[in-house]
Amino acid sequence: MPSTPITNLATDAEQRSRRDARHDAWFRTLLKCCALLVLATLLGAALSTLWGGREVLFKDGFHFLTSDSWNPVTDDYGALAPIFGTLVTSLIALVLAVPVSFGIALFLTEIAPNWLRGPVATAIELLASIPSIIYGMWGLFVFVPFMASIEPALSDTLGKLPLVGNLFQGPPMGLGLLTAGIVLAVMILPFICSVMREVFQTVPTRLKESSYALGSTTWEVVWDIVLPYTRSAVIGGIFLGLGRALGETMAVTFVLGNAYDLSGSLLMPGTSISSSIANEFNEAVGTHRSALIALGFLLFVVTFIVLLIARLMLRRLSRKEGN
Amino acid sequence: MFTSSRSMFRLGAIAFAAACALGSLSAQATDITGAGSSFVYPVISKWSAAYAEKTGNRVNYQSIGSGGGIAQIKAGTVDFGASDMPLDETTLGQFGLAQFPDVIGGIVPAFNVTGVAPGKLVLDGKTLAGIFLGTVSKWNDPAIAALNPGVKLPDAKITVVHRSDGSGTTFNFSDYLSKVDATWKTKVGEGTAVNWPTGIGGKGNEGVSAYIRQIPNSIGYVEYAYALKNNIGYAVMKNAAGKVVKPNTASFQAAAATADWASAKDFNLLMTNAPGAEAWPITATSWVIVYKQPKNAANGKVILDFFKWSYANGQDAARSLDYVPLPANLVSQIESYWTTEIK
Repeated sequence: MPSTPITNLATDAEQRSRRDARHDAWFRTLLKCCALLVLATLLGAALSTLWGGREVLFKDGFHFLTSDSWNPVTDDYGALAPIFGTLVTSLIALVLAVPVSFGIALFLTEIAPNWLRGPVATAIELLASIPSIIYGMWGLFVFVPFMASIEPALSDTLGKLPLVGNLFQGPPMGLGLLTAGIVLAVMILPFICSVMREVFQTVPTRLKESSYALGSTTWEVVWDIVLPYTRSAVIGGIFLGLGRALGETMAVTFVLGNAYDLSGSLLMPGTSISSSIANEFNEAVGTHRSALIALGFLLFVVTFIVLLIARLMLRRLSRKEGN
Repeated sequence: MFTSSRSMFRLGAIAFAAACALGSLSAQATDITGAGSSFVYPVISKWSAAYAEKTGNRVNYQSIGSGGGIAQIKAGTVDFGASDMPLDETTLGQFGLAQFPDVIGGIVPAFNVTGVAPGKLVLDGKTLAGIFLGTVSKWNDPAIAALNPGVKLPDAKITVVHRSDGSGTTFNFSDYLSKVDATWKTKVGEGTAVNWPTGIGGKGNEGVSAYIRQIPNSIGYVEYAYALKNNIGYAVMKNAAGKVVKPNTASFQAAAATADWASAKDFNLLMTNAPGAEAWPITATSWVIVYKQPKNAANGKVILDFFKWSYANGQDAARSLDYVPLPANLVSQIESYWTTEIK
């Protein structure tokens, strides 16, 4: 025992560090593979939709992007109406869901008594786990009749305003872009709200308390301290919700009206990219199928552009902060 | 990356072959597979349950839509396909396929107009085409009023409801409108999905009927079986012979019996606008598509035996689901077609 301990220890340590280095390398490779798998999946999905839609994308080219006709009988396809419907319904959803989520998150983190915070937060998370088909059924059987009953009033009030009046003109059918947008807003609200609540909780108490100590109101604390501190995460949460709204299929299919129309009114029926695909894919053959797959590719492109805009916005904000 | 349809089929084919191999090890009875039209799914599954009890042979049918059924039978991954639209002679010849009708169903115009009772509204093909084109846009339009003397029609705008999903129902409905109205034929045409000039789209029979119920002064079209089960008010139609008929078993069978099957090669004929005096004008069928020389001869025999058994013994099952069995003269034509065409 007394003769060899030092050299033994040295080789032990050497072996150990060599083993650790090897494990580190393995682990690094594993992690790299995981990350690459995501990229490969994304790239594969994008390329295969591009390949599947090649017949329409390369034959018709710009016509496919700029035409609003969708005629499976003559094989004349244009993606304008579905793209329009997707963007408009998602925009309505965001406009409605963001302020409400902000209010809920604010209430839960700053104002609500402690005993209320847990139950409401859980309720919101439960809302997120409701499958979209349920929202669709609820939309169709409960919300559409309700919208049909208030739409005449909407047309008589908002519809009379200058500039935006035309947006609220139309027959009171209850379905259409506005209804779909509102149902989408309810669906994405829990996502945005959960993120906001989580990140609002990360704001250090001393920052908030210092501000209160200087005589700020709750609103000033939130607007000047909490929001700037969590801004990028909040925007991330909003875009998470937007991503869901852009791709939502079933609920929208039920309440959107599924008509290939470009309409200036929010009360008129429209169609969205994902609902067109869900509706027609089953029975589509040949060029029709290709057009639907090409629509899927366009959804990739639209989502990518939207995310790109989000990134640019974030970068601009952080640069402003730097100055 | 591997989602192109061809490799999907190849994958399906491998899975299917594996399933077959397993199946043949475990049981002596023959398992046959079919895929396609969702319209016939309820009746085929009912038939196959009864047939399995009788013979031990099982028929597995996947309701994946007519387009999918055609693709699968062309790829040879199923023993038979079922489609709501017939294939033409060239396609059949190219793939060595044969087709024959299996069961009849009807399509009815369904409406929701305050003050007009179900079954009290009379329409003819031209007027129906006008409504779906948007040229007949109000319920008190002279064209509708002339067909309905004594019925108080409101001065209200018509909301058209159509199917938003591709469907055999739409195919037969648009085919009927193409046959009776030249403007429809040139402007819209026929297909499982068409470029609707007006209206809103509901997904499936249930979507269309939900919209019709909720939207006052609307009109749409649904399968008869669906309208009957869900108590949806439907209109009666003036047929090609100029007679006003109600949708029911008798009028659907009259359409099938008077359609000109004899001169239609491979039963490539749609029964819409059939000439019989009692015929319902929007009657539809779906077609079973099989190989003329099946790769697995035993399976091929079982398919024909299954349909032969169904024509003879499945009539009550079909009626209980509100389908209409094929009339006897058509069944005998189909059976003689089998002997000449299918090896």
